[in-house]
Amino acid sequence: MKPAPFRYADPGTLDDVLTVLSDEGPGAKVLAGGQSLLPLLSMRLAAPTTLVDINRVPGLDSVDVSVEGVTVGALVRHRALLDAAAAARVQPLLARATANVAHPAIRNRGTTVGSIAHADPSGEMTSVLALTDGSVSVASPGGVETIGWRDFFVGPLETSVSGPAVVTSAFFPALPARSGTAFAEVARRKGDYAVCGAGVVVTLDADRRVERVRASYVSVGITPEVHDLTEAVAGSPVDGADWAAAGALARTMVDPDTDIHASADYRRLLVGVLTERTLRDAAAEADARATGE
Amino acid sequence: MTSVDTDRTITLTVNGVPREATVPVRRLLSDALRHDLGLTGTHVGCEHGVCGACTVLVDGDPVRSCLLLAVQVDGHEVTTVEGLAREDNRGGQVLHPVQEAFRECHALQCGFCTPGFLTTIAAGLEKRDNAAELTEEEVDDMVGGNLCRCTGYANIKKAVHHANAAMRDGAR
Repeated sequence: MKPAPFRYADPGTLDDVLTVLSDEGPGAKVLAGGQSLLPLLSMRLAAPTTLVDINRVPGLDSVDVSVEGVTVGALVRHRALLDAAAAARVQPLLARATANVAHPAIRNRGTTVGSIAHADPSGEMTSVLALTDGSVSVASPGGVETIGWRDFFVGPLETSVSGPAVVTSAFFPALPARSGTAFAEVARRKGDYAVCGAGVVVTLDADRRVERVRASYVSVGITPEVHDLTEAVAGSPVDGADWAAAGALARTMVDPDTDIHASADYRRLLVGVLTERTLRDAAAEADARATGE
Repeated sequence: MTSVDTDRTITLTVNGVPREATVPVRRLLSDALRHDLGLTGTHVGCEHGVCGACTVLVDGDPVRSCLLLAVQVDGHEVTTVEGLAREDNRGGQVLHPVQEAFRECHALQCGFCTPGFLTTIAAGLEKRDNAAELTEEEVDDMVGGNLCRCTGYANIKKAVHHANAAMRDGAR
């Protein structure tokens, strides 16, 4: 239960980080918050030759909010994002999902971007990046590249980024007009990895009818997916929509796995339950926002 | 040129005292506190961030010391359970209100998880307005990351309320 020996560097600039990553080769790994990486090291599920700690790199710890969306730097802790009121106004899913990430002590240290780069399908923020149609910025010796979520997530704990590179920020587009969101999880204990989680966005038209419904799930499938549930409730008045039908549709679209915590069938059941529950809340919020706008 | 090391000498402030240690870079903060600095109040339970027994404060915030490398706290301030009590004016020590509340409410049995609870709750209560109503939800969120196998948590939660009231009434 101790990490295998490795080498350690904590460069003071992004250029130096990339230089060290290049010099140390494919066995080198970036360390940000370390709340997923350190357990992997201690359990010896990973044994990088070198850890390159980016915590001393300036300029990576800001949450930038604009009308287009929210850009979260690589050193922004979950706690900072949870407390970022301006970010929550532009994209309410950020605070809602972050509140479900582990416990306060983990949120004080773990980073949102690190969680995304870790690409764990049971992570909340991977799912939120997908649901908001977000992207990440990746710095490498060749320059900075923006990668959309669909091209970024390749498999469980696997992204399309390889070689010497650092994910420097994640961008979450703003919530569209006349829209509402909700996020909910079922976990064995508070703060545990979710057995199943659901994030949803409901958009209404100008007549308070359902125009668009999308959902993304946590701990369901090997990479984040976004499911369009619009057809189950399209055109329904906001207070008369059959959200259970949307939940039933969602159950036919997902392909969860069985593990020690839950069977695939139970997870599929939860997808239906959480979808119905969150859609009802998101629709009410969309209606309130549309009326207030 | 960035140095890439296998050992490092670090300086940090632990419970207000400047300390120095030379450690392998793979040394966990939890082990550095116990083995290199001799502070065995920090308990090591699961060693992968689940149980919360090893929780310490880094620059005032609760973190898992088993999920940090010792080299990462170079230059920072660490508070362990040994640092919660305060000097009184007679050369002795007074317990932190949270420690006092644990004693009064019988919030511990074997004591293994207790250091993690104490540091977590002390920071949680010091950061809040103690006069504001302390909800069950807030208490659950505060201590939800710490496992106790003896008590069933009821008395621990009672102690959180007790300590909050004591701090509100000016115990420190």
